[in-house]
Amino acid sequence: MIEERFDAIVVGAGMAGNAAALTMAKRGLKVLQLERGEYPGSKNVQGAILYADMMERLIPEFREEAPLERHLVEQRFWLLDDRSHVGMHYRSDDFNEERPNRYTIIRAPFDKWFSSKVREAGATVLCETTVTELVRDDRERVVGVRTDRGGGEIHADVVVLAEGVNGLLGTRAGLRARPTPNNVALAVKEMHFLPRETIEARFNLKGDEGVVIEAAGTISRGMTGMGFVYANKECISVGIGCLVADFQRTGQTPYGMLDHFKQHPSVAPLIAGSEIKEYAAHLIPEGGYKAIPQLYGDGWVVVGDAAQLNNAIHREGSNLAMTSGRIAAEAIAEMKSRREPMTAKNLSLYRKMLADSFVIKDLKKYKDLPMLMHTHSQNFFLTYPQLISKAMQNFVRVDGTPKLEKEKATLKSFVKARSWRGLIGDASRFARAWR
Amino acid sequence: MNVEPSVRVEDKLYYNRYLVDIGHPHVKVRAHTTPSAELLALLKVCPARCYELNDNGQVEVTVDGCIECGTCRVIAEPTGDIQWSHPRGGYGVLFKFG
Repeated sequence: MIEERFDAIVVGAGMAGNAAALTMAKRGLKVLQLERGEYPGSKNVQGAILYADMMERLIPEFREEAPLERHLVEQRFWLLDDRSHVGMHYRSDDFNEERPNRYTIIRAPFDKWFSSKVREAGATVLCETTVTELVRDDRERVVGVRTDRGGGEIHADVVVLAEGVNGLLGTRAGLRARPTPNNVALAVKEMHFLPRETIEARFNLKGDEGVVIEAAGTISRGMTGMGFVYANKECISVGIGCLVADFQRTGQTPYGMLDHFKQHPSVAPLIAGSEIKEYAAHLIPEGGYKAIPQLYGDGWVVVGDAAQLNNAIHREGSNLAMTSGRIAAEAIAEMKSRREPMTAKNLSLYRKMLADSFVIKDLKKYKDLPMLMHTHSQNFFLTYPQLISKAMQNFVRVDGTPKLEKEKATLKSFVKARSWRGLIGDASRFARAWR
Repeated sequence: MNVEPSVRVEDKLYYNRYLVDIGHPHVKVRAHTTPSAELLALLKVCPARCYELNDNGQVEVTVDGCIECGTCRVIAEPTGDIQWSHPRGGYGVLFKFG
């Protein structure tokens, strides 16, 4: 089909793939990008928050052009039991700055725009093309791909695997392990449409200001999981995700949990009367530092979700994807300019550069948290939210009980549920994993 | 404590846009007489409820509403219970928002 030879083939047109293709094309490399969807973005799902810094490094003027929803002025963290939430809200007018720090986005239109910049930079973008196989030479070096369009092999010096969390190519070729139920979460999400004035009134916003809510607690029914509510211009993204292993163990249904979350008395009024226009599901890499696979080899690199580069604690994914895509592309461009071959030894520059960036440093910081959350999910996602909610209610409800008795009752409920030993153990385990 | 709300997944899938590749299902279930624990888990965990029991108690898959999350692949591909590929280029779910 395509006779010419490319400097690089990028598989996938998500955040990582677009960042890689754009960076290489800008540096004059001959890039082919292959995307299985009808258009870039048609297979991509995210909450979604865009972090401006990482985008700005790719496209400095993105604020004037990209389809952005709202810049975030407020972040809410909610701990839920069945009828209440204990919340921490951070809202600051500082975020109403000239160059806002974070935005909500909707991935399909955003990715379409991002892809248009990749094309403008000179890359060839081919949609509706599923890559079926990596092509290797007799020394096992990756030298190209085969697609479902037939027509044989397409060759390149290097293949950038930006195929997402469920990428088949890398796992089929034995370059990395398939994700396991313990290191991926399944999230489901709906898009709820409302007039923008309604959204602004309900979330206390003016103009393009935005709010996101992250919620944990009894909504995940003792499983490791989180819910979220993100305000866009004319719609609200509502979703919930839990570790696949936990779904498998408990037999809970993802849509049942989502509907339950939507009916929570703290969530329901925010989306009341809305019109749902889409239901999506997606896996999220949750394994953290310990789940990062081999990132490069002879003739290939892996970036973004496919490389498990996601910071679940800070809900940062697409910025790690963009950054890893950009850095891999810079390493490749560096080899190209030195006229050196794309060997594993040379491409290890990508791993080195990534280790110097926030991507690996952040994931390393939290390397023990995923396992802690998983093995103690009952305590962190069920017992404590219930205890804390009860303690708060006890604190604020005025009923003639002396305060000292109230405090004693609260303390007793914690000790009864977890024991002194358990409470101290949980606190120290959490502190150690956090550090 | 938690009462499961009655959820019709079919209604949710109705919001989505699909281009179904008729005659080319991208997920297949291995023939079996008694379903494995992994296959049975898919009845509940699949967010599009693509997996159902037939009258003989075997697990069947209908991929038309599949949202291509890959959860079933993570659970049941290692045991050989299912075969999973991406749909052919352009086919499958087409997210308008994503």
